[in-house]
Amino acid sequence: MLYFQTWKIALILAVCALGVIFTLPNAFTTQTVENWPSFLPRHQVSLGLDLRGGSYLLLEVDTASVERDRLNSLVDELRTAMIANHVGYTNLGAAADHVAVKLTDASKYQEVHDAVAKFDPDLQFASASDGTITLKPTPEAVQARQRSAVDQSIEIVRRRIDETGTREATIQREGDKRILVELPGISNPERVKALLGKTARLTFQMVDPNASADEARAGRVPPGDEFLSAAETRPGLPTGYVLRRRVLVSGDMLTDAQPTFQENEPVVSFKFDSVGARRFAEATKENVGKLFAIVLDNKVISAPVIREPILGGQGVISGSFTVQSASDLALLLRAGALPAPLTVIEERSVGPDLGADSIREGTTASIVGVALVVVFMVVFYGLFGLFADVALFFNLCIMMAALTLLGATLTLPGIAGIALTMGMAVDANVLIYERIREEVRGGRSLISSLQAGFERAFGTILDSHVTTLVAGALMFWLGSGPVKGFAVTLSLGVLTSLFSAILVTRLQIVTWLRRFKPKVIPI
Amino acid sequence: MFRPLIVIRRIPNIDFMGLRMFGFALSAIMTIGSIVVFAVNGLNYGIDFSGGIVIEARTPQPADLSAMRTKLDSLGIGQVALQGFGGPSDVMIRVQRQPGGDQAQENAVTKVKQALGPGVDYRSTNVVGPTIGAELIRAGTIATILALVAIAIYVWFRFEWQFGIGAMLSTLHDTITTVGLFSLLQIEFNLTTLAAILTIAGYSINDTVVIYDRVRETMRRYKTMDFSTLINKSLNETLSRTILTVSTTALAVLSLFFFGGQVLHGFSIAMLWGIVVGTYSSLFIAAPMLYYIRPKGVHGRGGEPAPSPSAAPDASSNPSPGAKTGAS
Repeated sequence: MLYFQTWKIALILAVCALGVIFTLPNAFTTQTVENWPSFLPRHQVSLGLDLRGGSYLLLEVDTASVERDRLNSLVDELRTAMIANHVGYTNLGAAADHVAVKLTDASKYQEVHDAVAKFDPDLQFASASDGTITLKPTPEAVQARQRSAVDQSIEIVRRRIDETGTREATIQREGDKRILVELPGISNPERVKALLGKTARLTFQMVDPNASADEARAGRVPPGDEFLSAAETRPGLPTGYVLRRRVLVSGDMLTDAQPTFQENEPVVSFKFDSVGARRFAEATKENVGKLFAIVLDNKVISAPVIREPILGGQGVISGSFTVQSASDLALLLRAGALPAPLTVIEERSVGPDLGADSIREGTTASIVGVALVVVFMVVFYGLFGLFADVALFFNLCIMMAALTLLGATLTLPGIAGIALTMGMAVDANVLIYERIREEVRGGRSLISSLQAGFERAFGTILDSHVTTLVAGALMFWLGSGPVKGFAVTLSLGVLTSLFSAILVTRLQIVTWLRRFKPKVIPI
Repeated sequence: MFRPLIVIRRIPNIDFMGLRMFGFALSAIMTIGSIVVFAVNGLNYGIDFSGGIVIEARTPQPADLSAMRTKLDSLGIGQVALQGFGGPSDVMIRVQRQPGGDQAQENAVTKVKQALGPGVDYRSTNVVGPTIGAELIRAGTIATILALVAIAIYVWFRFEWQFGIGAMLSTLHDTITTVGLFSLLQIEFNLTTLAAILTIAGYSINDTVVIYDRVRETMRRYKTMDFSTLINKSLNETLSRTILTVSTTALAVLSLFFFGGQVLHGFSIAMLWGIVVGTYSSLFIAAPMLYYIRPKGVHGRGGEPAPSPSAAPDASSNPSPGAKTGAS
């Protein structure tokens, strides 16, 4: 017990040395560290947004709207299928989670079933005796659709944020339908929020020349049409349009969009891909002289007359844009449309100077805390207290090194965790020393007191540390943001203190015994 | 070679068991009181749990709170609380949770920032929608309950079920009274406070485990000793360690309280209370409770054969069985 094999000593010293080496970069500024020779480690612990300043946005994907969209288009597909098959029907419509229709002739059920199964195999059919049939997407299909909607949203969010030139943004999935966005260095995320708040679904649709907007506003929309209001009310222009539901071309066929000027007005120029260009050309060829509408997020931006067929696959969108809004729209079109609206459900942003204040306060508190503990240990345990302090120093280093190497993020509660573990870390030393004292009082010899002290305290130390680790693990598992940061440092600190308080202290005591051959234990 | 300045030379002889009725009464009052206060007052939930908006702003000139209040009250976003803190130009703006879901919170922030105009430095903006707050409360409650259960199971596994129950009850007592303190003083209860409560659970059990460990050891060594005397002996023998560990932890927490800044205030208050009450409950609740739920192998059953059943599960799970068996 009081004998260390050479390789063990080497290992303990190596761990301590590595701890110091990998902690070192954290003691200097980033600029200094970058100029270090290449054999030295340069990794610094990454600071949380509360310390370095920045914004944290938690977005929720409106997955319900994905399903709603799907059911609405199912209604359209079903209608087309029934008309094509000459099936009579009434009461066709979408409910919360299914589409229902009543067949005039109930015997046509199989025919409808087969026709629909061809384009969507993931539907559950049910029929009632009165000829009403319901089509409900399978839970698997719903789930798959929602998952892909969230995946797609993440991709679009990433593209939009990249387009704004934000550096080092983190975008990741959180749970089933949430997206976590971290924007270091951006303490006022209004612009990013505005960009993410738009779905940016762009469509080109024909205006129905025969329908009246007033009739439609009153609720009488001709079948196959929809009524959409104008994005902005401008004198001399209608406030709403009746459009054909059929989409001629949509935003996903764009290859580029740029803000530019036309007659001194900010506009957005766009370019279609080959499919889009062909469809746009055909549509404009057939409809010369008629109005078509450019629709963004269910609002009509403008509805120009087609003067001549547009064959080159290029065009401009004009509207009452400002320079900023034209450039934002171009950005959104380049990045693509979100499959569903996003809502910011949590926002936390911290300015850089508050972050700097927090670092200073956290560091001061930790240093004062450690200093007090160090003095306390020497006052109560003398030389052995000093051994414990040396172990505490290595504990702090190994802990910082572990945080740095694991790529963990240090937050303010994380710093609190460090300060707290420094207070708790010496507990192992206290347990051992108290035990040694007892053994000395019990009349044991020097060596056997030390031996018994370490041996008997070990079980207790293990038990008491494991319970703290249990609490730490639960915090990490169930906690969010700040709680997680705290859990990481607390748990790491408890683990490293097992090593330092037991092995590093013991090594010092053994070395001291050998070197000075003391007759009594100074505690 | 230097010696410690202060040495506790003699093992004290405090009659903890004689004080147990006092301890039980005090704890019963504190626990019931906490539950009553919590039921009446509730908790002063911070934005993390209640949802809403908290903006920390720094104005270019010393802040004119009443002018700002007039501006913000006219926005129609409900109650707005302004509070100076730190320097004269630091203002904390709290806006109550907006009706109408998550999007409504965002709109209110934009309104506030527009109303205050340019030149104001927003040191931090926190917006929490109603969805998140409810989830955090649920996750927090689950985490606390799981922590208590997990700790009880661990203690049960390492000792015996009687110890597990004692440990869980005393830890439960600590968490309930911490919540009670926050309810009584209406200190803001936020995520870091929750972290503190879980840490208190871990810390309080730490103390209890050390004492239980000693009780178990003494039980094995003095098989015929009166159980009440035995508990007293164990508590007194570990008292010096208890005091020293409490002190070092308290030093660390005190420096967080004084130097750690605004954000860590609630955390350090909770931790300070937890350290005090956790130590008290180990001495006056967890240990005396064993007297009533007597673990096996206690006084009167001293004639059991050498590796007593109570020692068996321990020896198999203890990584260094030699430490215990070799002791007697």
